[in-house]
Amino acid sequence: MKPPPFAYECPTEVADAVALLAAHGGDARPLAGGQSLVPLLNFRLARPAMLVDLNRIEALRSVAVEGGVLRIGAMTRQAEIEADAAVARGWPILTEAIGHIAHPQIRNRGTVGGSLALNDPAAELPAVMLALDAEMRAQGPVGQRSIAAHDFFAGTMETALAPDELLTEIRVPALPAGTGWGFEEAARRAGDFALVAACVLLSPGTDGGLAARVVLTGIGAGPARAREAEAILAERGWGADACEAAGAAAAAASEPADDPHAPAWYRRRLVAALTARASRRALQRMGR
Amino acid sequence: MADERRGIRMTINGAPFEGSVEPRLLLSDFIRHEAELTGTHVGCEHGVCGACTVLLDGAPVRSCLMFAVQADGASVETVESLADGDTLHPLQEAFRRAHGLQCGYCTPGILMTLKPFLAAHPAPTEAEIRRALAGTLCRCTGYQQIVAAVRLAAAMLRGDES
Repeated sequence: MKPPPFAYECPTEVADAVALLAAHGGDARPLAGGQSLVPLLNFRLARPAMLVDLNRIEALRSVAVEGGVLRIGAMTRQAEIEADAAVARGWPILTEAIGHIAHPQIRNRGTVGGSLALNDPAAELPAVMLALDAEMRAQGPVGQRSIAAHDFFAGTMETALAPDELLTEIRVPALPAGTGWGFEEAARRAGDFALVAACVLLSPGTDGGLAARVVLTGIGAGPARAREAEAILAERGWGADACEAAGAAAAAASEPADDPHAPAWYRRRLVAALTARASRRALQRMGR
Repeated sequence: MADERRGIRMTINGAPFEGSVEPRLLLSDFIRHEAELTGTHVGCEHGVCGACTVLLDGAPVRSCLMFAVQADGASVETVESLADGDTLHPLQEAFRRAHGLQCGYCTPGILMTLKPFLAAHPAPTEAEIRRALAGTLCRCTGYQQIVAAVRLAAAMLRGDES
């Protein structure tokens, strides 16, 4: 057998899962969709003493829109969100981004919460949730708390979650009326993690300008806002060369490193091209 | 505690099947070694190659990326479910006719990926076919014939080709 031995618990309630994690400290790991954790187990790179399988906690599997807010149970499969009509209507950038996660066979098991709690630095969902200003709900031994996306993603494979805390729900606010969006990704092969991905959300601003949100992933320790690009789009987003200028500014501010997948100069050029392309798509979708 | 075995029962290809397993036993190994259905092939064992793809409650999944205990109560379909005795399923017949396999190692995973895909996309475009195949690797690199086989299979399943 490839995976190392582990104790296995399969609770049906969130409170029981949290109690198990608390009782075993850092020796227990939650098992969500398993599409990243099981490979690590198969390679024996991870050797947790206990796995707390979350797959039979029904309360964590749900999709609902309440008061304009999209509420996703953390154990909802990526494929379920991809196929959800209400998500496609209200948060189409999420539908689009999920289509870039690996392959259908992976998305049928992989969960929204699992991807967010892992926070792979080239993953799509953390970037989109940061762009959408999502709120993460977590439950620990002392109760629930709410964590804003910009506080949740804390660095490469790091989040604000404590070892005995579970991500339970993701709440995504409604997009302002008239919002346009763009999601552009470059990867070596279909289904690979992003070399670079750019998320752009543009909505009508208060003073005739634009409210802009630009998030990049694949170039550092996780998803990050490209504030220089946001400023350019907000000030002169309607201008002819604003998208290219935003891309150039994002590239100038980015600090990708050389790695076996791509040299830094190539990633920087991808940042420029994909930010510009996603900005143009967002403007088009605003009807401009 | 870690070596404690668990009783599980699932439906494999329509028939009930029970076993007693360590929690760390992968579903792929359960299917091959306990259920003795060796049509499901094991390639990379980390979710990249797709050779071990089976249907779990009708949806294609990597059987090397889940544990057998997690399939307790589920319905599993493997490549052995396709043929009816000596009569090949249209997918298999199309792969035979169009030379959609060389060594055949990747074929079970590809067929199990395609069964639900063609049910949802009875007349796929070439781009859709290639995207559907992206999660399964053929190291003989016989992709041209595989794509042709999928086109033929789609036509056979539609009844446009016998």
